[in-house]
Amino acid sequence: MTESLLQLKHLSFAFPDKLVLKDLNYDLKRGEFLSIVGENGVGKTTLMRLILQELKPTSGTLRFIPNRQAVPVGYVPQFRNIDAEYPLSIQDFVGLNFAKIGVPWLTSKERQRVNKILAETKLFDIRRRPLGQASGGEKQKAYLAQSLLDKPSLLILDESTASLDPVAKTELLDLVKQINQEQQLTVIFVTHDIPLARHYADHYLFLTPGQYEAGNISELTNEKVGEMNDA
Amino acid sequence: MLSYPFMQNAYMAGTLIAIISGIMGVFVIARNMSFLTHTLSEIGFAGAAFGIFMGWQPLNGMLLFTTISSIGVGELGAKSSRRENSITAISALAIGLGILFLSLADSNASYATGILFGSVIGISRANVVQMVILSVSVLVVVMVIYRYLKFDSFDPVGAQVKGLWTRTLSVVFLVLLAFSVSVAAQIVGSLLIFILLTLPAAAAKYFAHTVGKMINVAVAFSLIGVWLGLYLSYVTNWPVSFFIAVIEVIFYFSALVYQRIRA
Repeated sequence: MTESLLQLKHLSFAFPDKLVLKDLNYDLKRGEFLSIVGENGVGKTTLMRLILQELKPTSGTLRFIPNRQAVPVGYVPQFRNIDAEYPLSIQDFVGLNFAKIGVPWLTSKERQRVNKILAETKLFDIRRRPLGQASGGEKQKAYLAQSLLDKPSLLILDESTASLDPVAKTELLDLVKQINQEQQLTVIFVTHDIPLARHYADHYLFLTPGQYEAGNISELTNEKVGEMNDA
Repeated sequence: MLSYPFMQNAYMAGTLIAIISGIMGVFVIARNMSFLTHTLSEIGFAGAAFGIFMGWQPLNGMLLFTTISSIGVGELGAKSSRRENSITAISALAIGLGILFLSLADSNASYATGILFGSVIGISRANVVQMVILSVSVLVVVMVIYRYLKFDSFDPVGAQVKGLWTRTLSVVFLVLLAFSVSVAAQIVGSLLIFILLTLPAAAAKYFAHTVGKMINVAVAFSLIGVWLGLYLSYVTNWPVSFFIAVIEVIFYFSALVYQRIRA
């Protein structure tokens, strides 16, 4: 776990009326499970938008190694508009990510890939169930499966467990951890659930307004959280 | 019945309309665009009336108006809060213009009812040829961008994360919809066009759970409605759009009942 995947150097970002991130440095290694924690409004989502290149840094750099094209990113956002009447099966939903110009139907190779991912994410047995009728945890697994279809090198879970019950949270993160360890998938897990971050991540990046602290997850003690939030 | 050329034309045109509507309808429903489809049909009415006023084929007037306004609506609709009000305003303007053009064209009332409610006998072989060209164009474009359209329509959040050109896709889809509305209005009329572009697909989603199967079911519901509607209209001499409306409404409510029973 020595090779860098993403380097943030003196990264700052400010909206016209507010400084959000200030002089942030972090070297994300391949295969690392990093948890980004902090209260609402400290810039977690802004940092994700910078990584996804939806925003540009005000100063400093954000560099993928060797380059952005060589690092496919999977992103699982917190919200999606999937109501109870949503018709697509889990299998069809996951396969949506094979979006390209060409034959309208999936090739047999692509179908195999979808099925492999469904098996890995433990959704294969319920693959024909309409996503609208799936539980919250199954839905998040389907979002995860869809993002894994592209074989990402970096997976971002942006508050993906926020609306789940404790059992579903554990199931989802056990799965992500397993893929992280078996396939050396680099994971950024954005959350404000400190115990959950402590249980799964290798490292943390704790954001507070205009400041941050990073380290091994074992150093993220309750006292530290209290100190950081009071600072 | 099929020995009459006008019925042959009506069946050929009707089959095309049913196929296009079934396919496009699935995306209309997924993108929550039923209301916009209704507006496009009213714009189509204004376009057809303008065509008559100018001495063109009504279909050409329809194509002109629906295509321009679909691009315009796409731009106006960028902010969703403004969208519904904008569409209502455009809709009102379209109906007003349609009435004005018809009155200026000094056409008789039957022409107006033909545009509004559709007509079996009004379709010539030349119309059918033009409809084939338009329908094939729509089908080819849909086939080429099918996977993008599917992703953007059924998972806009995922499509945006993937970096698909969602804004361009929306405009392309609206133009395809404009073409479909113009083609379909030839038989069911501009007032009832949204029936074929929404109800079969809305019913299909209760019976099928892949986009491909939804399209098959929606096309089947549309075909049954159009074929049976044409036959019943021929036998009874009642308006074809009445029968199509009734059949599609039956399909839709049956689908809801089916869903209730299964749940």
